[in-house]
Amino acid sequence: MNPKRAWTRPVVLLACVLMLAMFPLVSETFYIQLLTKVMIMAIFAMSLDLLVGYTGLVSLGHAAFYGLAGYVLARVSPQYDPASLWTTLPLALGACAVFALLTGLLVLRTSGVYFIMVTLAFAQMLFFVFHDTPIGGGSDGIYIYAKPEVKMGGISLLNLEDRKVFFWLVLGLMAAVYLFLKRVLNSNFGRALIGIKTNEHRLQALGFPTFRYKLASYMLSGTLAGLAGYLAAAQFGFVNPEIVGWHTSGGVLMMVILGGMGSLHGAVLGAFAFILLQEALSNQAWFGPFAKHWQLAMGLFIVVVALLLPRGLLGVPSLFAGKLKREPGVE
Amino acid sequence: MDTAFFFIQLLNGLQYGLLLFLVACGLTLIFGIMGIINLAHGSFYMIGAYIAWSLASMTGNLLLAILLGIPLTVLLGMLLEALLFRHLYARDHLYQVLMTYGLILVFEELRSIVWGDDVHGVAVPGMLSGSIPLTDNLSYPVYRLAISGVCLMLAGGLYWLIQKTRLGMMIRAGSTNREMVQALGINIKLLYTLIFALGVALAAFAGMIAAPVSSVYPNMGAQVLIICFVVVVIGGIGSVWGALLASLLIGLTDTFGKVLLPEYAGVSTYLLMALVLLWRPEGLFKRI
Repeated sequence: MNPKRAWTRPVVLLACVLMLAMFPLVSETFYIQLLTKVMIMAIFAMSLDLLVGYTGLVSLGHAAFYGLAGYVLARVSPQYDPASLWTTLPLALGACAVFALLTGLLVLRTSGVYFIMVTLAFAQMLFFVFHDTPIGGGSDGIYIYAKPEVKMGGISLLNLEDRKVFFWLVLGLMAAVYLFLKRVLNSNFGRALIGIKTNEHRLQALGFPTFRYKLASYMLSGTLAGLAGYLAAAQFGFVNPEIVGWHTSGGVLMMVILGGMGSLHGAVLGAFAFILLQEALSNQAWFGPFAKHWQLAMGLFIVVVALLLPRGLLGVPSLFAGKLKREPGVE
Repeated sequence: MDTAFFFIQLLNGLQYGLLLFLVACGLTLIFGIMGIINLAHGSFYMIGAYIAWSLASMTGNLLLAILLGIPLTVLLGMLLEALLFRHLYARDHLYQVLMTYGLILVFEELRSIVWGDDVHGVAVPGMLSGSIPLTDNLSYPVYRLAISGVCLMLAGGLYWLIQKTRLGMMIRAGSTNREMVQALGINIKLLYTLIFALGVALAAFAGMIAAPVSSVYPNMGAQVLIICFVVVVIGGIGSVWGALLASLLIGLTDTFGKVLLPEYAGVSTYLLMALVLLWRPEGLFKRI
């Protein structure tokens, strides 16, 4: 990175966060909720990018963690009263970390295309756990009637029932996850992960216990996906088995690849592009009868991106600048 | 569980497993030879079932519908390979996942536009509609036996094709060393198109013959695809015989799981996969 850009990036990011923070003051409820959903998805996409873009492990089952955290919140919430965020959030994240540890020990024994299939299969296993067994709530899912409360010493710190407050909380968490992952990736641990992606054998030869590094990355990624899932379950007020379904996993992987993997703001951009495109294409006012079949346009768009844009949407400017590189690079 | 009931479940499990094999062997062949992971493979199963349903309601005969449908699916396979998949052979798996995921959305929406979102039943062809009595009140439908028989014949045919024919020799060679095969003057492009079309046709054919048993419904492709991934992981990627063994294992596990522990049947096949991963992370078999 040249010195000229060293200061532009934090300024641009801060400006983006400030603009987003102003958004609830000037907008309608529908758009506040939509943007909250987008930001939750951005957290989800960043967590997956740690795995796909930086560790080189393509997971098609990331919805497992997203859904598991939601189900934990739904299960431990009292029937009609709000649950405490201080107990439910650590519980949900802990469950994701444990699930990531157990499945990670198995899926990390495989690599490449096996890894893709096995992660998808384990997410599907969780689908059946929630769908068929008494642990889940059947195909209808479970309702969460009240958002978790944030209290300290009997005083409510944040009223999450207020859409604006919830928006700001999600925005703050998104920024925190971004900064946290930036730090992680700039640490020795993060550099080792990037090394594993580039050439795992070389890292092994250098004496790195790569399996443990990959497992740590998998657990961290799963836990952060759990954070997104917890927030999503709190926002929508219900969970059903579909949230661990493979369209959730596929969707978030699309966001990461669309944004151009191996770049955190690319993952955020991908989440924005994916959800907003989905909303636009299914907008009846714009596309009339075609809006019902928005998935057709979405599918064609994805096919075109796969065939023509090897670096995702972040690669578009360099396409025009005539600097198209074949391999997606790590920033 | 008495003997006759056990026998019926055994036959059901084998029939389900053999049907899975038809879908999974195309998936594993296409991966083993072209190195492509194809998420849209389940869609071919769905397309086959819908083609069978619509042609059967036009002609009034499922067997005729299948005969008419197979050339259509072969053509579809060749077109897709030549237009789209060919450009992904040299690319990272990630882009293969991306494109084939996009294709799933396209196929599902086209299905919704052309055929609608309803569930349809398909009548069993007249001459196969009977059932064989086993005890006083238990009997077994002839059509299910016919499915198993046809699948076994196809598995035998595949064995002959891969092990005994010149084309099979090229397939085996192509899976080992692409450049060498090309250097020997074999048209590898055409070979790949043919293998891809074969995989598509097998998956679609499975959908066609399964239509009277499982009925025809949206999303049927996704379910089959994921279970076929499990089959391929257990069997070993690229191994047709591994896929056969794993399909039968999964078919039996799922069927007996549904009888013995209905709430945990869905989970059981994935636990089986977890066990195999612990024991042999590369799957049971190595190569074709």
